[in-house]
Amino acid sequence: MSEQVLTLPTSATRWRRPLPGLGLGLGLGLTWLGLIVLLPLAALILRSGGLGFAGWLRAISDPRVIASLKVSFGAAFVAAIVALVFGAVIAWVLVRYRFPGRRLMDAMVDLPFALPTAVAGITLAAIYDQNGWVGQWLQPFGIQLVNNVTGIVIALIFIGLPFAVRTVQPVLETLGREQEEAAISLGASRLTALRRVILPELLPALLTGFSLAFARGLGEFGSVIFIAGNLPMKTEIAPLLITIRLEEDGGVTAAIVLATLLLLMSFACLVAINAASTLFAHGNRRDG
Amino acid sequence: MADGPALPVRTAPARDPLQEPAWVRWSLIAVAASIMLLIVVMPLLMLLGAAFGSGLKVWFAAVSEPHTIDALKLTLLTAAIVVPVNAICGVFTAWAVTRFEFRGKRTLMALIDLPFAVSPVVAGLCLVLLFSPTHGYFADLLNHYDIKILFATPGIVLATMFVTFPFVVRELIPLMEQQGSDEELAARSLGANAWTMFFRVTLPNIKWGLLYGVLLCSARAMGEFGAVTVVSGNVMGQTNTLSLHVEVLYKQMGGEAAAAFAVASLLAGLALVTLVVKIWLEARHGDALARSHRRH
Repeated sequence: MSEQVLTLPTSATRWRRPLPGLGLGLGLGLTWLGLIVLLPLAALILRSGGLGFAGWLRAISDPRVIASLKVSFGAAFVAAIVALVFGAVIAWVLVRYRFPGRRLMDAMVDLPFALPTAVAGITLAAIYDQNGWVGQWLQPFGIQLVNNVTGIVIALIFIGLPFAVRTVQPVLETLGREQEEAAISLGASRLTALRRVILPELLPALLTGFSLAFARGLGEFGSVIFIAGNLPMKTEIAPLLITIRLEEDGGVTAAIVLATLLLLMSFACLVAINAASTLFAHGNRRDG
Repeated sequence: MADGPALPVRTAPARDPLQEPAWVRWSLIAVAASIMLLIVVMPLLMLLGAAFGSGLKVWFAAVSEPHTIDALKLTLLTAAIVVPVNAICGVFTAWAVTRFEFRGKRTLMALIDLPFAVSPVVAGLCLVLLFSPTHGYFADLLNHYDIKILFATPGIVLATMFVTFPFVVRELIPLMEQQGSDEELAARSLGANAWTMFFRVTLPNIKWGLLYGVLLCSARAMGEFGAVTVVSGNVMGQTNTLSLHVEVLYKQMGGEAAAAFAVASLLAGLALVTLVVKIWLEARHGDALARSHRRH
């Protein structure tokens, strides 16, 4: 795929650098990328193309496939928004305020990155279950948090939170005081300054954080399946349906179609992230 | 006017006009703390409670059970293959990308990021499509030479390698870009050969960043679940990693499964060690890490 795009520099195009290892580095890198990442993905794309229009139509007309996509997209979207709001608050507090336990809180933000997803899944399920530490207090009110879409959203907020915090935090840290001070000295209220000065600066980071959390949530598997209940048509996420179909005879088609759709969505998120960071780079340059 | 207080000197960012009133500050801190408590801290406490709640003996029995030991061995074996490959290839790729200009460089960097965005389950499925003995692209070849990749260790290794692919290289590229190639050029001009330059100049410069990437890569490699689920087939004692074993134990006994939580606590311990080393690296050698390291 990409090998065709890459061409080594000729002495005519660029001055030669006296550093060695371009051939070795690029060769090893491309082989590694090609064998481990591109070859498997090419297999999916080829098989998906080989299904033809009829195959796709048949797979997509399965209501269970549609339902799983709806659950996955809906839950990932809601969770990414919530994670973004929560993450922005946490990042703000971590950057702007000094309080006891701040460094501990900062460190704990990374826990969902580090904790294996299966471990997160069983513990979240245990906490929000009707007998769990949190679930038992909501049970008398008839609120149930596990074995429904709420459970999926909870797991995905857990997964998405560090992405939101860690994209917003560095931008808040580098935000200059000058513009904010100027806004306030010109009579803007705190909230106006927040809305008109800080928010626009933060927007690219917020977009990036959202895309990362959404992309990760869309494909998340381990933390969700323990808390979701996995009822077909109701709380069955698309990645789970892929694994189920894969084990059935003749289910590969549906698995391929679902995986291709998830993959396309991942591409779209990557493009969005790149667009956001370009936006961000321009914004920075403007300030000098 | 003359007896008024001296104009306040602008010192380093202190409180003053940009600071919210105390009640706003403290309510925001309380909100942030509650979110962290409910979503991040409580799972950890609950896990430790469930794992050690029935006493150390029960924990130890669960952890030293033969299937757990097998799973631990497979997990460590997988990491021992995946991490060095991703680290070594990552160093060389980062070298090519940061020290040379070539067409398609941006495409290459975008492709390197790809595994971060691909669902682990999709990654697993891709490997099934390649290596399935019944319908995979390489089915004939594999059956002819009687090679097993799927539902065996090679499949688990490949799936884990896919998922953890970007960790090291993604850490090194911004770091090496920041550092520039002046020192390496100096070494070359003083007559150092390629490997001397690499081991005496490049490697010492990137060692903390490399360690950081290796740390994140190992943590993910040992905890990976989704991709491994698809390719493993869950054969007890053979293709069961620690993460998969947690699921097996959990499904056997449901939420009461002290054994599942005990095994999970092993993985959580690993995650905590990772976090501590990571914080240490950031605090102690923060200037030798890439500025953008916070993103992943």
